Amino acid sequence: MRTLSDVILFDNVTKTYSRKARPALGGVSMEILKGEFVFLVGASGSGKSTMIRLMMREEQPNSGDIHVLGQRLAAISNSKVPFFRRNLGVVFQDFRLLRNKTVYENVAFTLQVIGKSRGFISEAVPDVLKIVGLAGKSSRFPHELSGGEQQRVAIARAVVNKPPILLADEPTGNLDPATSAGIMALLARINEGGTTVVMATHEASIVDAMQRRVIEVDSGKIVRDQKTGAYGSKLSTTPSGKQVTVNENEPMLESEDAEEAGA
Amino acid sequence: MRAALVLQEVWTGLRRNMSMVVSVILVTFISLTFVGAAMLLQGQINQMKGFWYDRAQVAVYFCNEGDVGPNCTGEATQEQIDEVTATLETDAIAPFVQTVEFEDRAQAFENFKDQFEGTQAAEFATEESMSQALRVQPQSPQDASIVAEATSSLPGVLEVQDQRRLLEPIFQALNTASLVAVSVAVIMLVAAVLLISTTIRLSAFSRQRELGIMRLVGASNRFIQTPFILEGVISALIGSVLASGAVLALVQWGVQGYLAPLLPTYPLVGIDATLLVIPVLLAIGVLLSGVAAAVAIRRYLRV
Repeated sequence: MRTLSDVILFDNVTKTYSRKARPALGGVSMEILKGEFVFLVGASGSGKSTMIRLMMREEQPNSGDIHVLGQRLAAISNSKVPFFRRNLGVVFQDFRLLRNKTVYENVAFTLQVIGKSRGFISEAVPDVLKIVGLAGKSSRFPHELSGGEQQRVAIARAVVNKPPILLADEPTGNLDPATSAGIMALLARINEGGTTVVMATHEASIVDAMQRRVIEVDSGKIVRDQKTGAYGSKLSTTPSGKQVTVNENEPMLESEDAEEAGA
Repeated sequence: MRAALVLQEVWTGLRRNMSMVVSVILVTFISLTFVGAAMLLQGQINQMKGFWYDRAQVAVYFCNEGDVGPNCTGEATQEQIDEVTATLETDAIAPFVQTVEFEDRAQAFENFKDQFEGTQAAEFATEESMSQALRVQPQSPQDASIVAEATSSLPGVLEVQDQRRLLEPIFQALNTASLVAVSVAVIMLVAAVLLISTTIRLSAFSRQRELGIMRLVGASNRFIQTPFILEGVISALIGSVLASGAVLALVQWGVQGYLAPLLPTYPLVGIDATLLVIPVLLAIGVLLSGVAAAVAIRRYLRV
């Protein structure tokens, strides 16, 4: 089943949070290939954030195996996890920038803590800021930037070390549609450079516009995996995809618990 | 680059938690001062024990004319004195005895005058009022009781005095004092350890966002925890240095400057003994704070 081009492989993965009877993920199997752009879609609490956290080994599955970049995650000891993480860029809805550091310092911080040389940092940081379109704002502080710009800083920080995989958990969740489109264009450009991108979202318009692979998760199971798809093609009728899925009517309770568990 | 970054983090942490850092410094300072004082006091006790026990003998006093005792029938005769001496030379007792010296009245009088020179007792004492005695040096201090048992009921013996027993209360008091110092030191050290771990937790809590981001981008555990451990160790080290200074000052001015001129013949702890105590204080400070900080920061390293 595994091929050399797998970068992420889930093999019958089950994850249960101790406080809940129903598993967050129940026997999920899937593979993501090198260079793919994959949307994980589903309602809040469907399990897509759990999948992202499992991929970055912030959590471990109760059963099943996860391979990322050829490494079996269960085999990585806790003290080696930081070194594994250096292969992943991660972006969140809430940007997670350091308020007391400038744009430049926020990006450079990543490289500093993993021990890159001063020379490398002074070359890589301006390069990546240019890619995300913030070349002129490197000495601004996060609070002086718009939400979209802050997310660009977060993306710059995630990719400055040129990781093979970029994980994005609701990266446009706090942004207006126009700004979101800019962020999606940026992610698409990063993907074109060869980086595998996995993005969890519940914004139908974005998924519909991109026409990439879609994995739909519902109640901890994969219910759809389409090579190029729209957000709600299974249940919605309109091609533009205003989501009228059953998932939307699910109670929101579990999502809050899952968010907490990750914090 | 990394070292500079780590030091910068340490400095930020120390500055942000200034009041907690100062309290850590003070608590380690006081607790280690007590540890140092207890160690020096114990050293002093051992030194004094050695000094006094070497000199402490068992004195077997013989009856004088008019003395009242269970074995006294007037002045002890030469035969009685010889018999006591012979008893001490028997195979059963001899192994426990180092030397036996007879002290006649003239010698006893000389000694007495020396010992109580300048007091009224020396003026009123006469040679006749002195007792003849055997000065027995036991093999070891523990053997004194054997000597006493063997001789105390022999005829002509007025009293057997184990001089070491006279010193016991003094050592008891000193031992109690050092025990108290150790107890206070231990309690204070526990307080210091708890305070250090609280301080480090607080420091980590105020930098939670940074820690989360560090973990996200793959900073190694060692990189994350080193600034916190250094923060604890540096605070405690400052406290240890202050404690070393305090102990040194105590010995320099308190013991050598004040006590030594008052007690010229006593062996007192000196600067050289203190210089041995100081590295111990520094080591205790560094080790305890390092371990406390490492344990405190561990839960922030969970992935």
